[in-house]
Amino acid sequence: MTLDRAIAFFILIVCLLYGYSAWFIMDAEIPPFMARNPVWPSSFPKILAIGGMFFSFLVLITPYRPKDDPDLDLSRLSEYNYGQAIGLLALMTAYALLLLPLGFLASTFLFLMIGSLILGERRWVPMILASGIASVGIWYLVQEVLGIFLRPLPAMFGA
Amino acid sequence: MIEGLLIGLSTAFSLTNILMVIGGCLIGTFIGMLPGLGPMSIIAIMIPVAITIGDPSAALILLAGVYYGAIFGGSTSSILINAPGVASTVASSFDGYPMARDGKAGKALTIAAIASFAGGTIGALLLMVFAPMLASVALLFHSAEYFALMVVGLSAIAAFAGTGNVAKAMLMTIVGLMLATVGTSALFNAPRFTAGMMELQSGIGFITLAMAMFALPEAIYLVLDPARSKRSGDSGKITNLRISREEGRQIAPVIGRQSVQGFFIGVLPGAGATIASFLGYAVERNIASAEEQKMFGKGSVKGLAAPESANNAASTGSFVPLLTLGIPGSGTTAILLGALLALNVTPGPRLMVDSPEIFWSVIISMYLGNLVLLILNLPLIPYIAKILAVPRTFLIPFILFFTLMGAYIGQNNSTELLLLVAFGVMATILKFADFPLPPLLIGFILGGMLEDNFARSMQLYDGVSFMWERPMTMVLLIVAAILVVLPGLRTWRARASQRRGVSTPD
Repeated sequence: MTLDRAIAFFILIVCLLYGYSAWFIMDAEIPPFMARNPVWPSSFPKILAIGGMFFSFLVLITPYRPKDDPDLDLSRLSEYNYGQAIGLLALMTAYALLLLPLGFLASTFLFLMIGSLILGERRWVPMILASGIASVGIWYLVQEVLGIFLRPLPAMFGA
Repeated sequence: MIEGLLIGLSTAFSLTNILMVIGGCLIGTFIGMLPGLGPMSIIAIMIPVAITIGDPSAALILLAGVYYGAIFGGSTSSILINAPGVASTVASSFDGYPMARDGKAGKALTIAAIASFAGGTIGALLLMVFAPMLASVALLFHSAEYFALMVVGLSAIAAFAGTGNVAKAMLMTIVGLMLATVGTSALFNAPRFTAGMMELQSGIGFITLAMAMFALPEAIYLVLDPARSKRSGDSGKITNLRISREEGRQIAPVIGRQSVQGFFIGVLPGAGATIASFLGYAVERNIASAEEQKMFGKGSVKGLAAPESANNAASTGSFVPLLTLGIPGSGTTAILLGALLALNVTPGPRLMVDSPEIFWSVIISMYLGNLVLLILNLPLIPYIAKILAVPRTFLIPFILFFTLMGAYIGQNNSTELLLLVAFGVMATILKFADFPLPPLLIGFILGGMLEDNFARSMQLYDGVSFMWERPMTMVLLIVAAILVVLPGLRTWRARASQRRGVSTPD
């Protein structure tokens, strides 16, 4: 199965689940005063579920046609830096989880440092300078200029 | 109209708003030059900033400035290093890059800037004429027509997605609409499809989704394939920004024609700047004299001026459906629509009646923006181009960090960041399999309004009878159906005839 069919199949399953919850879960919970209403919270989702199933089925049965001008060079697929990409995504997840406990300054500094590190940068002085200036500068911009509160320090220090 | 213009002038010429245009253009050019960050990602990054400004006119002026700046920045990197940051400037590299290699980089940049300026200005003039006309028609529309009109818009976007891609684009639109149903709907006041998660009750943040659909996949592509950002021919020194009188005479008619053509292509939903630029290039090549035709692709001034004026005029044209109908025709205008909704402004025919200062100040800011690009950005280009020398080991972490920041500032909770990463991974896989992503975001942004209008019509007509009882609605829905079915039919027939001709097993 090619990737686009696998995706279409996955979306088909999602549409089935979505349709199931629209028809069976949401309709069962409809308050009695709404039952006479011509349109229910589930009406529009039902149409979407049917449409989604139809088009994902269409993609599933359409014969595969390679793109004339691929955005990615598929012949070099094996040379790609999967490790770096996955590492950076993991780093973003870690940032999401640590932003509040560690505070903005520390987590941003670490994020930018480790990000460059994952990409193979080893010039420590520019790395520390860029990450340090950026995290303090952006914190200042967001907190003081835009007026959005960002907890700068780790949660254990209060504030 | 004169009255409106005056309101616009007085709003746009306040000190803050002029600073907004200048700042927006500069930021846009700066970031637009970077490989992989198109106008959509840049605007998405700038939205939290625009929203904190609070004043809708100023915010929209800033975002519009960023938009023009980004397009200009994209052209610059196409010309200098043959690495278009955006699809709509690919055609500019056909002749711009050969010119730069010949040592005429400065000249190419000037032509690009003048063509963009003319395209944008002529586009803004046409917008000023056509938008009020369209809006007065649209004032007659009821919710049923709006529903139908949005269906037409969404189908048109899918229909222009390219041959053999219509089913995929429709599927993406529907996925976007499904994502829009997550959360508490205004109409029924009850949470739906939240899977019991508190954070989803207010729905998925549109900035999060915009970042996940555009900025993040591009950044991941840059990581995966280092060659993507290193396609550097030496940009060399940018000298001699002047063009000769002879060259000016050559490009003037091209700019005139392509500005008008580009504008009207831009008005069509789904077509947009990319198609306008390629079409503009093709048209000008076909009507050029045989001698000039040979120059196309080897550094023809006409071949550079055509796509540049067309894509700028088209970007302006794409504001027509956004401002008059409230229906975005492209990913970028969809993001702008999201920003407007976040600022409590509902674009549509009422916009011109209820808050003319927003409408007209945006138009005035378009002139200003184009002027700023020409007189401020062009001389600064040699300095701004230095950003192309920033190593990717520094650039990529910053791009990723900005996507995180955008999502966080927009919603102020860190669950949003996890959603961003999850959607970003999905978007990258979808992009890998050649599923178009703009329809998803447009569907997501229009989803709420589409359902509202649908529900209102259902309530008024006590059922779906509005679809055939209102002639206008019926016509629009038929148009939508034709738009979706026609390209599919064409590919199917082409395939059938191919099968009869050559018996290649699929």
